[in-house]
Amino acid sequence: MKIVVCIKQVPDTKGGVKFNPDGTLDRAAMLAIMNPDDKAGLEAALRLKDQYGAEVTVLTMGLPKAADVLREAIAMGADKGILVTDRVLGGADTWATSTTIAGAIRNLEYDLIITGRQAIDGDTAQVGPQIAEHLGIPVISYAQDIKVEGNKVIVQRQYDDRYHILESQMPCLITALSELNEPRYMTPGGIFDACAAEITTWGRADLKDVEDCNLGLKGSPTKIAKASDKVRKGAGEKIVPESPEDAVAYIVGKFKEKHII
Amino acid sequence: MNLEEYKGVYVFAQQVDNEISSIAYELLGKGKELAATLETEVVAVLIGYQVKGLADKLAEYGADKVIVVDDPELEVYRTEPYAHALSSVINQYKPEIVLVGATAIGRDLGPTVSARVATGLTADCTVLEIGDFPLNPIPGQEQKHNQLLMTRPAFGGNTIATIACPDNRPQMATVRPGVMQKIEPIVGAKAVVEEFNPGFTPNSRYVTIKEVVKAVSDTVDIMDAKVLVSGGRGVGSAENFKILEDLAEVLGGTVSCSRAVVDNGWKPKDLQVGQTGKTVRPQIYFAIGISGAIQHVAGMEESDIIVAINKDEDAPIFDVADYGVVGDLNKIVPQLTAALKAAMAEK
Repeated sequence: MKIVVCIKQVPDTKGGVKFNPDGTLDRAAMLAIMNPDDKAGLEAALRLKDQYGAEVTVLTMGLPKAADVLREAIAMGADKGILVTDRVLGGADTWATSTTIAGAIRNLEYDLIITGRQAIDGDTAQVGPQIAEHLGIPVISYAQDIKVEGNKVIVQRQYDDRYHILESQMPCLITALSELNEPRYMTPGGIFDACAAEITTWGRADLKDVEDCNLGLKGSPTKIAKASDKVRKGAGEKIVPESPEDAVAYIVGKFKEKHII
Repeated sequence: MNLEEYKGVYVFAQQVDNEISSIAYELLGKGKELAATLETEVVAVLIGYQVKGLADKLAEYGADKVIVVDDPELEVYRTEPYAHALSSVINQYKPEIVLVGATAIGRDLGPTVSARVATGLTADCTVLEIGDFPLNPIPGQEQKHNQLLMTRPAFGGNTIATIACPDNRPQMATVRPGVMQKIEPIVGAKAVVEEFNPGFTPNSRYVTIKEVVKAVSDTVDIMDAKVLVSGGRGVGSAENFKILEDLAEVLGGTVSCSRAVVDNGWKPKDLQVGQTGKTVRPQIYFAIGISGAIQHVAGMEESDIIVAINKDEDAPIFDVADYGVVGDLNKIVPQLTAALKAAMAEK
């Protein structure tokens, strides 16, 4: 079985957010990690590899330094890493990103494509289903469990108040929730392999069946009109009461003042 | 693409088990407002099996017209037949705007459909308005009017961005549930109902539903609650939520929780408030033993009154609370319940 896992290097949102003058993100200025949902997707692929035997290829699109997450994935147990990077691909929205990744995946053989549900920078959850759409294969989003039976996958698909057990033919694309599993750590042997591993680098010319008008900032239908830090409403009052009785009297007093009680 | 051809504000009227989801009414409320500005109509797209009877409900909440796509293949949500249904409606009717709820269904359907009809999609919007793009004139660049400006949080709520889709139609957005306001239903309102069936032929992209497993839950939807008593890691255990439940009961409210509580298995996921849970805006929100991570705050900061109780004086929840109390929730909450009970009995 051949599995392609799409991963993204994302800025760690805990460290604060920085912008370029044009309103796009200044990724270079932020600490970078492997996106958590993608890591769960990778772990799911590695478990299928452990169980059934599989070749796991990790693929990412980004700046040259995104090769770091590919090496991390190889250190966890992935077999190959592919970096899609090219200046003309920069500033892509989800349409242009999914077009690019689909163009890269067309060069590969695959039974299963796994992506994370969403990345913690954009939070859109759009790229996975859109890759499937460009490739013309079925998509199962929000996977909380994945099993393989012959040439089929059986997936628990999460909804708000229920889940569906779905069966799909392969090839198929699955988007993984971080609830799916607890990703493994890199192993010393894996880290050794990762250092030695050769990362394949593809540019625009290596993308199959894509048009320039659908790539990068220019090929993105959505445009940023404005981006800024969120302005919050600000703190109200805070008290440090002497006793629980004081605390209760304070809250009850406020509720009376506001005619809540 | 002749952009002028595209008219009307279309809303995906999500139904589950032949019951319209609240988000459909919320989208109609916002859609009506946008349609008024654009001097056009708001159309609900109702997709399912034997769902035609729901059209009147959509009319009461503001739909001028309801397009019904009814087919046995559409009985339970699956990506492919639903994406085929909605994209066929778009190709046939050419709407200017298409709004979809950012639900577990809409966040799957929206991206698939937008890729199929080759347009942009903005995810999880919290503000929608009509305006100019670019916002201010730029020499040498045409400023387009009457564009849908879609505002959304990103980076776990740290930033907000306003997005436009100036050169493609329809302009598509998924919208966070609980943010837009429904209109007061107009009893007896009727809409033009049109049936449309593009034909459904199963292919390899139709997955098979082997089983539907519903979570056993008799809890009310926290998004509808007027009072929420929300607990976090600081509550300490599943059992200790009892003191929150008692407080909620006195005020006619409901218990909700933070992500940590779900991760610990203390409460089910449908009670989770925040970025990966639900967005709520009750009249009173108690944050009890919740530190106030930005992902949590993003889901509750629109509440009318926020009361925080936390023993950590520096907890970020105090930055958004109207009334913050530093102290031990185990002592304060039961006494507060008793005091409120007494105060209400007096009245």
